[in-house]
Amino acid sequence: MRFRIYRYDPESGNKPSMRDYELDIDPQGRKVLDALIAIKDTLDESLSFRRSCREGVCGSDGVNVNGANVLACITPLEGLKEPIEIRPLPRLGVIRDLIVDMAQFYQHYRAVKPYLINLDPEPENERLQSPEDRAELDGLWECILCGCCTTSCPSFWWNPDKFLGPAALLQGYRFIADTRDQATDERLDFLEDPYRLFRCHGIMNCVEVCPKNLNPTQAIGKIKTLLVKRAL
Amino acid sequence: MRTEMRTEMRIPKRTFDAVIVGGGGAGLRAALQLAEANLKVALISKVFPTRSHTVSAQGGITAALANVSDDNWHWHMYDTVKGSDYLGDQDAIEYLCRNAASAVYELEHMGLPFSRLEGGKNAGKIYQRPFGGQSQNYGGEQAIRTCAAADRTGHALLHTLYQRNIAARTQFFDEFFALDLIRDADGYVLGVTALEIETGQPWAFESRATLLATGGACRVFRHSTNAHINTGDGLGMALRAGLPLEDMEFWQFHPTGIPEVGSLISEGVRGEGGFLENKDGEKFMSRYAPNARDLASRDVVARAIAQELRAGRGCGPRGDYVHLKIEHLGAEKIKARLPGIRELSMQFAGADPITDPIPVTPTAHYMMGGIPSNMHGQVVAPIHTGPEEAVPGLYAVGECACVSVHGANRLGGNSLLDLVVFGRAAGMHMIDYLRENPIPRPLPQAEVEKSLGRLARWDKPKGTETVAGLRGDMQKVMQDHCGVYRTEALLKEGLAKLDQVEARLPDAALSDHSRMFNTARLEALELENLMPIARATLVSALARTESRGAHTREDHPQRDDDQWLRHTLYFSENDQLDYKPVKLKPLTVETFQPKERTY
Repeated sequence: MRFRIYRYDPESGNKPSMRDYELDIDPQGRKVLDALIAIKDTLDESLSFRRSCREGVCGSDGVNVNGANVLACITPLEGLKEPIEIRPLPRLGVIRDLIVDMAQFYQHYRAVKPYLINLDPEPENERLQSPEDRAELDGLWECILCGCCTTSCPSFWWNPDKFLGPAALLQGYRFIADTRDQATDERLDFLEDPYRLFRCHGIMNCVEVCPKNLNPTQAIGKIKTLLVKRAL
Repeated sequence: MRTEMRTEMRIPKRTFDAVIVGGGGAGLRAALQLAEANLKVALISKVFPTRSHTVSAQGGITAALANVSDDNWHWHMYDTVKGSDYLGDQDAIEYLCRNAASAVYELEHMGLPFSRLEGGKNAGKIYQRPFGGQSQNYGGEQAIRTCAAADRTGHALLHTLYQRNIAARTQFFDEFFALDLIRDADGYVLGVTALEIETGQPWAFESRATLLATGGACRVFRHSTNAHINTGDGLGMALRAGLPLEDMEFWQFHPTGIPEVGSLISEGVRGEGGFLENKDGEKFMSRYAPNARDLASRDVVARAIAQELRAGRGCGPRGDYVHLKIEHLGAEKIKARLPGIRELSMQFAGADPITDPIPVTPTAHYMMGGIPSNMHGQVVAPIHTGPEEAVPGLYAVGECACVSVHGANRLGGNSLLDLVVFGRAAGMHMIDYLRENPIPRPLPQAEVEKSLGRLARWDKPKGTETVAGLRGDMQKVMQDHCGVYRTEALLKEGLAKLDQVEARLPDAALSDHSRMFNTARLEALELENLMPIARATLVSALARTESRGAHTREDHPQRDDDQWLRHTLYFSENDQLDYKPVKLKPLTVETFQPKERTY
């Protein structure tokens, strides 16, 4: 199969470029990550990318394949148009080849205080939560922080330092939605900002690309609804 | 890193009270204990912490909460001792099971999104499901004991612990690869050397206490459920520091991995009512384990599947897998309780379990052995006097450690529990140790230099061997010679082959000598950790002439308590083996005497 892969070596002084590879691989049942590993093992040791779980749960290997942000490890080779173009996730700085600088992305995640805030004394056993209340968290807590959504979002492209992006906002809402959390007001105060939240214009690229089939736009909509309700 | 402090050393140094190597569940839980005690703690991880392999844990964390079935920790302890085939240390197992419920409640209080029970007097409590090897009343009815967040419990646990560490302001060094322990002439561990991956800069991390939480090493095998990053880095560090590894012959082959790919299909699938079938459509587990059937212990189920495959009753064109069926559970339950499994099965086996069986085969999954430690997380080794002298300043927790609570076979759901119970215990002990040892000892320069020399070795311009080639050959040896069934001849041949692969290692060279984010160099360093682990495994397995738990010797099919109710200790120097007794005496309760193990 034929591949065109984005290469950038920060030590070489050369500009980034696309390099072509011809790999002997049977696409049947194989994923883009299998091809990247095979290229690294047999054709070009210097090709650099992140990977860990190789089953779509750790979020290490978000890349752009033929124009779409995906996890390399769960994207089938079969059916991809050749040459298969693989680039780093858009808009973030490139450290090397397919490895992007995630610092900004993680900073936005930290900014939403992604942890439960509950100042009551802890009970002896678990806090109770009805299955219905717990179901409110489904579609939120499963986020793997791969960055596919945020880096596909035009609002993030325009204001990467100020707009928190879909992944961070999804996690922001994950704690707002948790009946055990007591900091809803504080969280809403932080998000009530022309940039942090309101740069989301409902373009929904995030929903389209999310490899876990989550819906950040819907979560953002629910935050906006809460802000409106609170203002009334 | 901006705050650079020059010492007489060639490399920059950072100083902390404690350094933790590894950002999975065990490392994060220990870090939290230390950070909340206002100690200066650094957590070094070769990946961003939520990429750690804990994230792949599926079915749950076991604790006798009694939310569904009548239960108490004594029964859980009995099951764990029995599951370990009596090789587990009963003091540590008591500690594990006694603290299980509070550990799970603590996670809930931290915010872990456990699934919840419906209706009745237990409405809203943590959801629990049946898991293999779990019984009520010391071997009676199936217990419903494993606490779950759908089938993504590891993800929920890892993210929750990472989030709490953000709140506690733990200092993270993400994408730093630990190279070596810094150990002085008196045996004190004074920190680690580590490579900053992005820049290629080596650093010295000085600390009065160091915790290894580097996870497992199933990447010694060709097919495994493990992430690419599970290369046993902490074990390599321990061996290079002259420390032994314990019980390395015991590796768990999970009954249900997806063939070739290796991805895990949780035991929770059988816990929810799934069952195994051979090509004749027979539910064969009732022949092997008449009572527990599909929920027998993992070693039992793995051997049963291997037997079916050998007898020509495997499915598919090559007859190399059996079927795991859950269609009868119905789409709704599958989507609610097993959404991750369905996703994996569709992505990697091309089968939607709502309508089709999942192909599964025994797959290397978990390392019961590891760095010898006690229930406070202290690394213990025969140094001067006894077999269990604490190595001052060094701790190990989680899969890289051998406490030993899993003995010869781990029960499902006990791994996540191990991480949090002993992560916390190690954190508490380190706090005491740091208080008692307030004065830092001088860093031995020569040790740091030795580590840098190891790194410089990969600058060698040319060689005849590649890292990927050697790794593949090593994995093939382990897959072919150290699987579910072993014999003396098979193991000896494997060891001879491994000798040959190892002999080629000095001829390996990289073609990429760049500094910044050089993943080829990382893979070389990882191979240097994997290779001695493969060796420790073969040597330990060859010596143990009995069958116990996951170690099945066809030439010695019986368990032999007179000779082998003891732990193996392997030292790299001359492949030396030593042994120490199993601790049969629990902390407070009566000993569970070894007896025949049936399910």
